[in-house]
Amino acid sequence: MLIKSKKSSEFLESQVTDETIYQSRRKVLKQLGFVGASALLAGNSLPGKAWAESNSTFKTSALNFKKSEYTNVPDKLTPEQKVISHNNFYEFGAKKDQPAELAQHFKVDPWQLKITGEVDKPFTLDYDELFSSFTIEERIYRLRCVEAWSMVIPWLGFRLADVIKKAQPNSKAKYVAFKTLHDPKQMPGQSNRYLGGGIQYPYIEGLRIDEAMNDLTLLSVGLYGKTLPPQNGAPIRLVTPWKYGFKSIKSIIEIKLVEKMPKTTWNKLAPNEYGFYANVNPDVDHPRWSQASERRITSGGLFARNRIETQMFNGYGEEVADLYKGMNLGKYY
Amino acid sequence: MRNSVKILILKIITHCAALLPAVLMYYFAILDQLGSDPVEEIIHFTGISALNLLLITLLISPVAKYFKQGWLLNVRRLLGLYAFFYACLHMLSFLFFELQFDFSLFIDEIIERPYITVGMCAYAIITMLAFTSWGKIRKVLGKKWQTLHNYNYLLVTLVCIHFYWSVKSEIIEPSLYFVMLFILLYQRKDKFRRWFNK
Repeated sequence: MLIKSKKSSEFLESQVTDETIYQSRRKVLKQLGFVGASALLAGNSLPGKAWAESNSTFKTSALNFKKSEYTNVPDKLTPEQKVISHNNFYEFGAKKDQPAELAQHFKVDPWQLKITGEVDKPFTLDYDELFSSFTIEERIYRLRCVEAWSMVIPWLGFRLADVIKKAQPNSKAKYVAFKTLHDPKQMPGQSNRYLGGGIQYPYIEGLRIDEAMNDLTLLSVGLYGKTLPPQNGAPIRLVTPWKYGFKSIKSIIEIKLVEKMPKTTWNKLAPNEYGFYANVNPDVDHPRWSQASERRITSGGLFARNRIETQMFNGYGEEVADLYKGMNLGKYY
Repeated sequence: MRNSVKILILKIITHCAALLPAVLMYYFAILDQLGSDPVEEIIHFTGISALNLLLITLLISPVAKYFKQGWLLNVRRLLGLYAFFYACLHMLSFLFFELQFDFSLFIDEIIERPYITVGMCAYAIITMLAFTSWGKIRKVLGKKWQTLHNYNYLLVTLVCIHFYWSVKSEIIEPSLYFVMLFILLYQRKDKFRRWFNK
């Protein structure tokens, strides 16, 4: 018999709001002609940021997926429109709205994801295999950005653990290193310092093997029932909900099992600000902003009262706290 | 055209150019039509606007001197006051919309985050300048008024530091502001030299 107890990371009914409210507001505004008028006044930069809706040319497709215990999380989802238009993906520009604008022509097919390194059976997944090799399930996770905003996103994906197990890691495999595609022709931020925020490309990330094997760690291939749009890391990205968003590397081409702790992009750039672990921790502040609370991005404008307290491990302590037993998380931030 | 007419026209233009964007931005932000995170958008917009206006006030006297258009100096105070207006919006938007009235967090942030400390110092200076900009107070202060208002140079420098310090890695835009600041201060090199040679 399946006894389902409520995890502390699950959401309360009271936290839930409805995406339809957001959409219906937009509809009313459109009917009133406000959106059009404003776009006329302010070009593409102002409220024309309703951009992704009208101008997205990238084609996503519906995915078949299984519902999981993480699917029925009764939290207020961040509206899809916001999830796909508010992105930190410096390869397509350092401003939040640039990736949605500049990534529309990104080619995801053909794609190759290599699983390599300290494994007995290295393998490669091509584009179709990303969606057919493992069982895709839906998981609603909170995403907490190091900049102190957060979202709630229905991801589609599969366990990283299943991918790693298939490759049969050997005893030297202590860490997992990830790499994003490097293609300056397609990713303007990689060739243009102004767009790319001056960080070093390709973007690299890493996890300890036990973090990678944790049940929460997801390789995502979709959101909101469809394949990922490029601004969210198509065709495949990492999702580690108890860590700050920058750990969730996008558009992955290589997963390499390694012996030593791999270098990571933001840690290289500013080691005092961005640690290797990057666990969400309300007690350890970023030098330039407090991490004790966050703003949940939902529907609702300037007056939305959406500041909430940040939870240790983003509320996923039950699942991951054991990984860090005995570690000083102030030092290993 | 008589100078008084030119001044009037320029003032009207200034009012429209300064007020209209603020009204529009808040209007769209309240309706959630300003990108995905209207709070971040508004804070950035008001901050940058305040900085732009401050730089324009610094631009006026070299331009007036170079083109021999002394009447331009008459709109300097108005621009400075609009910079103060945007600085108030910037600070209040941070308090009300970002921190959502958490006053203790507001105080903590001012003390603990160097870039916010710098920003608040700048805000204290611009408040002081705004409140002493009134003609009658200027007369009362006499010579001291100019000394006080020379803090404008420190103010703009602090605002540039505040901006530079607040970004994650995209330093090109704040760097461009430093370049503009340097050019504008360089125009006043003789003045600074005189201060230090006293």
